[in-house]
Amino acid sequence: MLDIEIDGKALQVVEGSTIIDAAHQLGTYIPHFCYHKKLSIAANCRMCLVQVEKAPKPMPACATPVTNGMKVQTHSEQAVKAQKGVMEFLLINHPLDCPICDQGGECLLQDLAVGYGASASRYQEEKRVVMNKNLGPLVATDMTRCINCTRCVRFTQEIAGLMELGQAYRGEHAEIMSFIGQTVDSELSGNIIDLCPVGALTSKPFRFSARTWELARRKSVSPHDGLGSPLIVQTKHDKVMRVLPLENEEINECWLSDKDRFSYEALNSPERLTRPMLKHGGQWIEVEWQQALDYVAHAFKDIAKNHGAAALGALLSPHATLEELHLGQKLMRGLGSGNVDFRLRQSDFSQDGQGTPWLGMKIAEIGSLDRVLVVGSFLRKDHPLIAQRLRQAVKRGAQVSLVHSADDDQLLKAHAKAIVLPSQLPQLLAQVVKCAAELKGVSVDAAITALAVSEKAKAIAESLLSGTRAAIFLGNFAQQHEQAATLQALAQLLAKITGANFGFLGEAANSVGGYVANALPGADGLNAGQMLAEPRHGYLILNAEVELDSARPLQALAALKQAATVVLLSPFKLPGALDYADVLLPVSPFSETSGSFINTEGRVQSFNAVVRPLGETRPAWKVLRVLGNLLNLPGFDQDSSEQVRAEVLGAATPTPEFVTDRLANPLSDVANNVANNVAIKLDAGPNGLERVADVAIYSADVLVRRAPSLQKTRDAASPAARMNAVTLQQCGVSAGQELRVRQGEGQAQLFAVLDAGLPDGAVRIAAAHPKVAGLAAMHGAITVEAL
Amino acid sequence: MLSDDAFKKIDREIAKYPADQKQSAVMAALAIAQDENGYLAQETIAAVADYLGMAPMAAFEVASFYNMYDLAPLGRYKLTVCTNLPCALSGGVDAAEYLKQKLGIAFNETTPDGLFTLKQGECLGACGDAPVLLMNNKRMCSFMTTEAIDQLLTELRADLRGQAT
Repeated sequence: MLDIEIDGKALQVVEGSTIIDAAHQLGTYIPHFCYHKKLSIAANCRMCLVQVEKAPKPMPACATPVTNGMKVQTHSEQAVKAQKGVMEFLLINHPLDCPICDQGGECLLQDLAVGYGASASRYQEEKRVVMNKNLGPLVATDMTRCINCTRCVRFTQEIAGLMELGQAYRGEHAEIMSFIGQTVDSELSGNIIDLCPVGALTSKPFRFSARTWELARRKSVSPHDGLGSPLIVQTKHDKVMRVLPLENEEINECWLSDKDRFSYEALNSPERLTRPMLKHGGQWIEVEWQQALDYVAHAFKDIAKNHGAAALGALLSPHATLEELHLGQKLMRGLGSGNVDFRLRQSDFSQDGQGTPWLGMKIAEIGSLDRVLVVGSFLRKDHPLIAQRLRQAVKRGAQVSLVHSADDDQLLKAHAKAIVLPSQLPQLLAQVVKCAAELKGVSVDAAITALAVSEKAKAIAESLLSGTRAAIFLGNFAQQHEQAATLQALAQLLAKITGANFGFLGEAANSVGGYVANALPGADGLNAGQMLAEPRHGYLILNAEVELDSARPLQALAALKQAATVVLLSPFKLPGALDYADVLLPVSPFSETSGSFINTEGRVQSFNAVVRPLGETRPAWKVLRVLGNLLNLPGFDQDSSEQVRAEVLGAATPTPEFVTDRLANPLSDVANNVANNVAIKLDAGPNGLERVADVAIYSADVLVRRAPSLQKTRDAASPAARMNAVTLQQCGVSAGQELRVRQGEGQAQLFAVLDAGLPDGAVRIAAAHPKVAGLAAMHGAITVEAL
Repeated sequence: MLSDDAFKKIDREIAKYPADQKQSAVMAALAIAQDENGYLAQETIAAVADYLGMAPMAAFEVASFYNMYDLAPLGRYKLTVCTNLPCALSGGVDAAEYLKQKLGIAFNETTPDGLFTLKQGECLGACGDAPVLLMNNKRMCSFMTTEAIDQLLTELRADLRGQAT
């Protein structure tokens, strides 16, 4: 520990601290622009100059390490004079356009200019002008305002993982730009808007729509990926205008993925459903809530009476709140049907009853891991901020290995990578298990010991065993895999052998919550796959576009089309549903209802509505409760979402709000799991081509699919048939050619794209897009022919 | 984009640094690329960056920072006249003016015949020889009085004719 005195106040700081760290510890504010706690130190704005005793000149507080006995004056005459001098230089080229600048009112330069700027400039010469850059549909630029602090450059380099921005040219001509003509395509790009201390980088969707002081700030939680980033939702006149991160070091740190940040645009979409609608003689008519709910109650009662309650099924969304999922399953069970599920993209359910797929550890602990194996994950796009944490871990020396079916650049230096066909994933993981077992001297199933071990599998096993804090995570792709249970069993076994933590990277905001709310089929019930494979008479759908969100879109569509009654609760007029649904009930998106999400680490996060429901929209939990009343079911008399929550979680609010004790993934049963799953299923997959399907980041749920700015990004590009050179040649097609792709009964017309990161025989076609809704399933055999 | 020969030369530069710090060779690699193509096109920079395992923007930062890298096509002979203070005091600006008049172009322009490009340069580290100019980044020309400039231009033109025949 070092002794330091700042403005006469003594304190002790750890070795290696800088003056600005020490000042923050003391609560003393030192003006700064380029310094940011999460970024490397640049010391190029010079605003944080302070007086250090015995130093001949002012020192930058952000870059000066504390030495023992140092005496610092942050507001002495010398310090303030230096700071004012820096401010004068910064303002020389800065335009005086605060009244038309989007940053006005939340601008660091504006704020500090009040304290350190002169009222008039002595500078009479020409000001410099910098051309604006097109950084894509999310970030607007006014580069003349830039003070070249390079925070955005350091962000893309250090946090986002690829230096998409840089400072080109030099001296007075230095300017921040992307590599000529390129946009910033990072899935974290929106953070540079927050980082920019001036109005050089602002939000394109939010631009010129409101002033910061007109906005009300309300807390909320992101409804997208399993991380559950806490949000500050800013509203004006009951309209969501902007979303910013709410800092939580244990979840999102101070970042937000673009999906979380810009999906709010969908909340104000013209596609919003604002009144209940009934299909009457093939025509949609707007009706009163009472009429719509009566219709639903009657229809469900009729089906239950005529065909038995098992003819009803509920398909809920993993993006729905805990309360909605609870009441949804309660309603179904009240009607006598156990057909409830929210795992729409899952296709292997044989692991049901084996615990809850959750992270198995705290998100914050990811950073301290030293050995990680991620199985089947489009990591960056599925979990932008978890990928970011792993990236930082790699920088600190952790080894991250990847087992997957597509070699997308995760922008982290992977220790070992094994990229194989989806059908080969279990084999490969089994090889890792074999190798680890041999190294540890543990015996495993004969089916596993019989395998030949590849070099890559060996490297992965050795890496996992060489560390002290290891973890194995199953990503979305592994969870959606046709042999998800086998993968899980093998990963669990590997975790047991290596002493690693075992967990899942949760796909959606409530992937854990659905299990806690028991929105799952009972012993007699059908799961999401079965409900669509064995068509029901009546479906209750909550907040999902089943024909896009399901593992088997064709089958899903057929099942819904034949059903007598399909009731859709959704904030949007979903185009597919206009065809197959009979009742549309407008329910609140996350911004208009109170509720809770349980994120992938088992953290319960409750939130309130930030705006009033649009039009006749009502919170889904209220709609489900009233439906329960109309059906005369017991236990539907909750007055608030808190009461519903208490029903699920118990009356006392757990503190801290974790439900991890309910989520066990018992490693003790591993042996049985392996015996039951592995021996039978370690055979090779289909001969010929296999589909690899990712759920593109901006088509993952109902909300992001309707966010216009996100849809303009490169990540939202229309799906293509991606193959490596060998596969292209094998199919006799070339990149850029239009193809007919057939899978099962269905087909789609797509362009061929060369993707060197795929294994031979793989055709990668993104799922969850209307263009590919004609393809049978997210996996399995597929054929390709030139048009 | 770049010949195998150029990549071989770049490999020699890379070998001078630890294996995980290939990007240390960026300046040399860009110089080799420029020698081969005459200037650094965006694609050339991207190719060099890719070869060195660095972000294209990081290589562009380097290429745009140093004024001996050229980001646009030039004439056959690039004449960079130093106009920093010691040269300026000893006739550097006059030499530049004379060249402008003689070639009929301003700084950063190329003669219509595509022979000469005139550039304003920074200190070349030979203030004692002022005024100095640099030909094609490689040949240092000292004491560039008007006569010396005339002689240089004649020589370069003759050189070219010699090559043509």
